[in-house]
Amino acid sequence: MTTMEGDDRGITDIKFVRATAIEARPAPVPMSGARGWMRANLLSTPLNIVLTILIVLLLAWVADELAKFLIFNAVWSGTDRNACLESIQHREIGACWPFVWERWSYFVYGSYPIPQRWRVDLFFVMLTVGVVWLLWLEAPRRDLGLIYSFIVLPVASYILLHGFELIGMPMVDTVLWGGVLVTVVVASVGIVLSLPLGILLALGRRSRMPTVKLFSVMFIEFVRGVPLITVLFMASVMLPLFVPEALEPDKLLRALIGIALFASAYMAEVVRAGLQAIPKGQFEGAMAVGLGYWQMMRLIILPQALKITIPNIVNTYIGLFKDTTLVFIVGIFDFLRTVEVARIDPKWATPVTSTTGYAVAAVFYLVFCYGMSRYARAMEARLAKGDSR
Amino acid sequence: MSIDAASRSEPAPVAFYNNPKVRSATYQIALSALVGFLVFEAASNAVHHLERAHIASGFGFWNNAAGFDISQALIEYNSQVSTYGRAFWVGLLNTLVVAGLGIVFATVLGFIIGIARLSTNWLVAHTAGAYVETIRNIPLLLQLLFWYNAVLKALPDTRDSYAFGGAFLNNRGLVLPNPIGETGEGAFVLTAISCILAAWLFRVWAKRRQARTGEQAPVFAVGAALIILPAVLFVLLQGLPFSFDMPQRGRFNITGGLEVLPEFAALLFGLSIYTAAFIAEVVRAGILAVSRGQTEAAYALGLRPRATLRLIVLPQAMRVIIPPLTSQYLNLTKNSSLAVAIGYPDLVQVFTGTVLNQTGQAVEVVAITMAVYLTISLATSLLMNIYNSQIALVEK
Repeated sequence: MTTMEGDDRGITDIKFVRATAIEARPAPVPMSGARGWMRANLLSTPLNIVLTILIVLLLAWVADELAKFLIFNAVWSGTDRNACLESIQHREIGACWPFVWERWSYFVYGSYPIPQRWRVDLFFVMLTVGVVWLLWLEAPRRDLGLIYSFIVLPVASYILLHGFELIGMPMVDTVLWGGVLVTVVVASVGIVLSLPLGILLALGRRSRMPTVKLFSVMFIEFVRGVPLITVLFMASVMLPLFVPEALEPDKLLRALIGIALFASAYMAEVVRAGLQAIPKGQFEGAMAVGLGYWQMMRLIILPQALKITIPNIVNTYIGLFKDTTLVFIVGIFDFLRTVEVARIDPKWATPVTSTTGYAVAAVFYLVFCYGMSRYARAMEARLAKGDSR
Repeated sequence: MSIDAASRSEPAPVAFYNNPKVRSATYQIALSALVGFLVFEAASNAVHHLERAHIASGFGFWNNAAGFDISQALIEYNSQVSTYGRAFWVGLLNTLVVAGLGIVFATVLGFIIGIARLSTNWLVAHTAGAYVETIRNIPLLLQLLFWYNAVLKALPDTRDSYAFGGAFLNNRGLVLPNPIGETGEGAFVLTAISCILAAWLFRVWAKRRQARTGEQAPVFAVGAALIILPAVLFVLLQGLPFSFDMPQRGRFNITGGLEVLPEFAALLFGLSIYTAAFIAEVVRAGILAVSRGQTEAAYALGLRPRATLRLIVLPQAMRVIIPPLTSQYLNLTKNSSLAVAIGYPDLVQVFTGTVLNQTGQAVEVVAITMAVYLTISLATSLLMNIYNSQIALVEK
C-alpha cells in the first residue's frame, strides 16, 4: 500500500473491509458519583484498601465504646454512688450522669454563695454580649463595643463579682470563687491584658533605644524560656515576698498576674511577626507626612499589623485558655479543679466517676477551643480573600 | 530671597525637649530608674520578709540532708544521707528521661499522623485530622489526669494484674523483665558499637561511590549483615551476654523486674500524644511548602510515591519543619513540668515542690529551677540558629 503512482491500484489492493460493527466495549469505570468517589478516595491501591478496612474497624470500635459508655450503659438518675456501682446494679456501668447533674452548679460557680449567684449569671451574660459584639464583624457600633469590652466590662465585672458595699452588694472573697467562673475570669483577664502588654513589648523589642530593647528582649526570652508552672510558682510564692505587706495580693490575683505576664510574652512575639510584615514604605510614608512615633503606630502601622495577625492572636488565646488549667496546681479552684475535687468526693466516688467528670471537662474545653480555632480560620480565609482581589 | 536661602541652609533651632537624642536619653534613663527602683524595692522587701520569718538565705541548703524519699531515682539516692543537691540531680534526670523518650515517641507518631493527613485516602486523612483537632483542643493537664486517674489507676490491682510475655500490668505500674549484664557484657557492647560504626562507614562509602560512578551498593543488606552476624556469632560462641530478671508474682506484690511507675507512663503517654498532634501540623505544613512541581517531576522521572516522599519531598520539607519542630521539643520539655499534678518526681515536683516546702527558700529554689529550663531553652535556640544558618537556601 505504498504506491504513489497516481492510479487507483491502492484501493484494489485492500484485502479486507470489516462489514459488521465491533462489539461494544464495557462502559468505563465510573469516576463520578458515590461509587466513583469511593474508588478514587478509599480504594485506589491495595494499601489504601487495607488502610480503609483497618480505619473503618477502628472507628467502629471507638464509636461503639463511646456510645456504650456515654448513652447505652450510662446511668441517668440516682442520688448517690450506689446508682453507679457495678457490684450493686449488676450490669455494666457507663457514664454516671446523676453525678454531673448534682455537681453542675459546683462546676459552674464553685463555692460562690448561693443567694449571690445571680451576679455570676449577670457577669456571664455581659461577657457574652461583649464577645459577640467584638467578634461579629457586621455588628452595629463596634467602636462602642471596644470601649464596652475593654473598659466598662472589666470595671463592672469587678464590682459585680467582688462586691461593693456602698450599693448593697456584699463582698464575696475570691477564695469562694470557683469552677467555670474562675476559668472564664482567668482567661478573660489574660486575654484583655496580654494584648496591650504584648504590643508594648513588641514595640519595645523593635525600638531603637538600646535600654528599652534590652529590657524587652530579656523579659520576653526569660518568660518564654521557662514553663508556665514555674511562673505561677514564682507569682504565688515569691510575689508576696517582693511587695510590702499592705499590698499583698490574694491568691487569685497572684495567679492572674502570672498568667497575664506569661501570655503577654507570647503575644509580643506574635505581634512582632506582624510588625515585621509591614513594608518599610509604610513607616517612611507615615514619617514623611509628619506623624510622631505614637501617631504613626496608632494610625498607620498597628491597624495593618494587628489585622494580619488576628489568626495568630486567636491561636495564642486558645493556648492561653488551655493554660488556665494550670492555676489548678497553685491551689485555685478553676473548672478542672472542681471536677477533680468532685470526683474523689466519697458520695460519688466509683470507678466510672473520674472518666465521667473528665469527659464533661474535655467537652467543655473542646467546644471553646475548637470554636475559637474555627473563628481564626474563618478570619484567615476572609483576610486572604481581601488580598487576592 | 536671601533670607529664604539662609533659613533653608540652616535648620530652624529645635527646642531641647524636642531633640530626639535628648528625648531618647530621657526615656531610657527613666525606664532604667523605674526598673532599678522596682528591683531594689522587691529585694529589700524580700530581705525584710525573710528576716521576719527566720528563713535562711543563700545556697547553703544545697548540702543539707534531704530526708525525703523519691519514688524514681536513676542515680543512687538515699533519703537519709543524700543532700538536696543530690535530689536536684535526681529530679533533673527524671525530667530529661521523660522528655527524651517523649520526644522520640511524639516525633514518630507526629510524622505518621502528619503524613496521614495528606494521604490520598479520604478516610485516613480525615481520621488523622480529627485526631489533631481533638487532641490539640483539650488541655494537656486534663489529658494527663485522664491517663493517670481514669486509665492507669483503674487497672486491676496487683493480684489480678494483666500478664503478658513475662511482664505485668496493674494499677501500681508496669513491671518488665529487666536485662542484667553477665560476663562478657563489656566485650559485647564493644563489638556491637564497632559493628554499627562499620555499617555506617559502609553507607558513607557507598554513597560516595554512587555519587562518583552511579553504581548502587546493597547498603541495607550489607549493613544488616554487619550488625546482626557478629552479634549472633558472639552469642553462639560466648552465650547470651545478659540474662533477664523476670518479675515474680507474689501474694501481695510483684518482686523483681524493672518497674515502670504509672506516673511515668501516664506522663510519657500524655506528653507524646499531645505533642504528636502539634508535630503533625508542623510536618503537614512543611510538606505542603514543597511545591507540587517537585512531586510531579519525581513522578515524571518514574519514582514511586514512597520514593518520592523519601528522596524528594521530605528532604526539602525538613528545611521548613526543623525550626518549629525544635520549638515543639522545647514545649514538650517545659510541659513535662506538669508532672507535679500527677506526682511524677521530675525537677519541678522534687525541687519546687518538696524542697521548697521543706526549706522555705522560695527565691533560691524557684530561681534554680527557672535557670535550668532557661539554660535548656537558650542552648537549644542557639543550636537552632546555627543550624538554620547552615541549611538556609543559598541564593545567587
